[in-house]
Amino acid sequence: MNAVISLVAVVVLFLVGLLGGWAGILFGVIIPYLAVALFLGGLIYRVISWANVPVPFRIPTTCGQQQSLPWIEQAKVDNPSTTFGVIVRMALEVLIFRSLLRNTKTVLRESGKIAYAGSLALWLGAMMFHWSLLVILLRHLRFLTEPAPFLITILQEVDGFLLLQVWMPVLYLSSILFLVGLAYLLFRRLASPQLRYISLAIDYFPLFLLLGIGISGLWLRHLSKTDVGSIKELAVGLVTFSPVVNNTINSLFFGHIFLVCVLLAYFPFSKLVHMAGVFLSPTRNMANNNRAVRHVNPWDYPVKTHSYEEYEDEWREKMKGAGVPVDKE
Amino acid sequence: MVKPDEVAYYKKDDLLKVDYESLPATEWMDTPVDFRRGSYIYPGKPKNLKILDLPNPREWALTDDDWKLQENWKQIILEGMAERLKKYRSFKLFMDTCVRCGACADKCHFYIGGGDPKNMPVLRAELLRSVYRKDFTTLGKVLGKLAGARELTIDVIKEWFYYFYQCTECRRCSVFCPYGIDTAEITMMGRELLGLLGLYINWSIEPVANCYRFGNHLAIPPHGLVDTLEFMLEDIEEATGIKAGLPLNKKGAEVLFIPPSGDYVAAPGIYTCMGYLLLFHDLGLDYTFSTYASEGGNFGLFTSHEMIKRLNSKIYAEAKRLGVKWILGGECGHMWRVLHQYMDTVSGPADFLEVPKSPFTGTVFENARSTKTVHIMEFFSDLIKHDKLNLDPSRNDHIRVTFHDSCNPARGMGIFEEPRYVLKSVCNNFFEMPLNTIREQTFCCGGGAGLGTDENMEMRLRGGLPRGAAVKYVQEKHGVNQLAAMCAIDRATLTTVCDYWAPGVQATGITELVANAMIFKGENKRTVNLRLEPVPGMEGDEKEGGADDE
Repeated sequence: MNAVISLVAVVVLFLVGLLGGWAGILFGVIIPYLAVALFLGGLIYRVISWANVPVPFRIPTTCGQQQSLPWIEQAKVDNPSTTFGVIVRMALEVLIFRSLLRNTKTVLRESGKIAYAGSLALWLGAMMFHWSLLVILLRHLRFLTEPAPFLITILQEVDGFLLLQVWMPVLYLSSILFLVGLAYLLFRRLASPQLRYISLAIDYFPLFLLLGIGISGLWLRHLSKTDVGSIKELAVGLVTFSPVVNNTINSLFFGHIFLVCVLLAYFPFSKLVHMAGVFLSPTRNMANNNRAVRHVNPWDYPVKTHSYEEYEDEWREKMKGAGVPVDKE
Repeated sequence: MVKPDEVAYYKKDDLLKVDYESLPATEWMDTPVDFRRGSYIYPGKPKNLKILDLPNPREWALTDDDWKLQENWKQIILEGMAERLKKYRSFKLFMDTCVRCGACADKCHFYIGGGDPKNMPVLRAELLRSVYRKDFTTLGKVLGKLAGARELTIDVIKEWFYYFYQCTECRRCSVFCPYGIDTAEITMMGRELLGLLGLYINWSIEPVANCYRFGNHLAIPPHGLVDTLEFMLEDIEEATGIKAGLPLNKKGAEVLFIPPSGDYVAAPGIYTCMGYLLLFHDLGLDYTFSTYASEGGNFGLFTSHEMIKRLNSKIYAEAKRLGVKWILGGECGHMWRVLHQYMDTVSGPADFLEVPKSPFTGTVFENARSTKTVHIMEFFSDLIKHDKLNLDPSRNDHIRVTFHDSCNPARGMGIFEEPRYVLKSVCNNFFEMPLNTIREQTFCCGGGAGLGTDENMEMRLRGGLPRGAAVKYVQEKHGVNQLAAMCAIDRATLTTVCDYWAPGVQATGITELVANAMIFKGENKRTVNLRLEPVPGMEGDEKEGGADDE
């Protein structure tokens, strides 16, 4: 049900976008500007709102041997005690999803035996989706810049070269991996009863939204007769704050760009902020040097404790009787 | 008539009928809690709440409709949430970043052994997140249920109580989470919020009240501690012929020794405590126990951050009063999470102590240079490395031992090699359990975080299943007969878990095994171990001697 609602929402949004050609200034200029402003403003607000909250305790989750005696080898990345170690740990987390790489599937047999099987499907799907999204975003820079930066052109060439090409225009590897990755992430959410049980409408929505963006993008490039020149003119115009909406742009483009705008505007207010949040996670971004370097809690306050004097006052006679030394005779 | 708090009440075949794919017909938000005897713990008694000045002390029962909350309970919770969202980045971030990928789901021992979907760490957190979204986020306010937001009701509070006291704060799920979301943080917040309404379990709030007044969870008064330890000295003398000393509240000692109180009273922990007494005596360590700081264990960790501080303060205070140079901590799990990750922050700086230095090897424990607190396995492994312990591991040859990494020292510290080095030095037959069940992936005993009571027996057995299955595996494969653990709660609860899931395997502390392998200066001919059981191979000599009598 949650999935259906989300699918319908994305279809409706897409149809709204298709109609956008009728109001090119609104859908080609005003909404994109608004969406980017919401994205940047919202994301900055989000990150600041996290960063403003103190970290009272140093609570890394240690996933390897601690630094202790000199002859015991420390797991410097999985249990870092230095800032450099933390940076490497975070880099692995962000770049190759280190924690997902550990994933296992637990199988309980009727005999009571439990098997732990490696389970890399989620990791693979996530890697495919996230990395190809990055490549696609970078590739799109060629629409925003004139001339396109050299590195972007190289990236695009490589991306197109990696597939055996029978298509014109060239089919990018990243486009395929993006859609396959997303499709898998959606499939697993629908196929597993447990995942279906925990999934909210807001979990399906970004998946359908991204799929809509991907499919409409692929369609724009490979199936529809799109006036790329006009689109680039609009894009470069948007970037240089002198947008021109040419009426040769087809409505499919407006469907595509509107979904992108929805994604940008939705991003900071949803779980998609995990992209920024992961960098701030106290269990990952802190060094396990707890006993070597004192961590200060900025809001620490005095609490009611039971002092030794109170303790001795209560037990003095018994202590003396049992031969335990006391402070006051 | 067998009762739900007895092991015999549960048939293995019944417990093993877990079908992860059979889920309630209703959505999780609409599925009420079923308070089933054996799966929950009784409420905190008013006398304990009064000792600690906690709000709303009263008699109540989980199965009552009316939990006798304050009139403005909803306001209290929402204000409590708002306050904590401003104080703990972990809380705010973990409310916002979860994508519900489900990687954590089958990592929880309670979920693996029970199959209740709300024991998936992701759903446990959603219990709180749903309220957070409703009252603290734009998306939740606009989209409501579609965004996973729901109204805070009494039923939600009941659900929180049930499931936040079905989490042992073991942090295994946090190892697998791509954002490092730590369910222990969520559970700690959930329990703090419940605490504002006077909702506690007695099994954790009574130890807290005891610890506050007596210095230890078990309410052992100073003269009681003397009796207890003297009794151990007698057993030590019977086993070894050695008269060990009992330094208590000794001013000017070099080292303050802090054990968990579980080691004072119940087998098999007491054998580990006897091991401490013997080894320190043999080494000639200038140390002292304290009756006031008689326990490093801190059930405040399972109560609230404030309570961590209220119970922990005694340790540095006592170190200062006695004028010791540094602190040595015994074999305890959650105590070490507190000593390692919280103590310096809540009770430090310990600038009146010295950087710990082993008086026998000269090793300076640089990793403890601020907290000034050393783990006994760090201390022992350094001694063994420098050949300062006269060990005969063959005395433990009848033991085939495996090692259970306790959750807190594993994932809140990373002390993996030290205990293994010590174990391998004192036992010739050491076998690891499967990789997915040890080190940072270790499984909880099922009774941590204040849940190790018999009234919670069903959940303990279910939660103990993954550990039990791993023990069973090495028992069948390598003939393992002992499970070593450096945690007092483990030693108590794993005894039950092993008896049920891997009968024939005994729980033990590491120090016990060290002491049994030690050739002590001036010891009698050793024929029995610290449990006063005959040691196979050593009673062989006796038999030869005995042959003359026949």
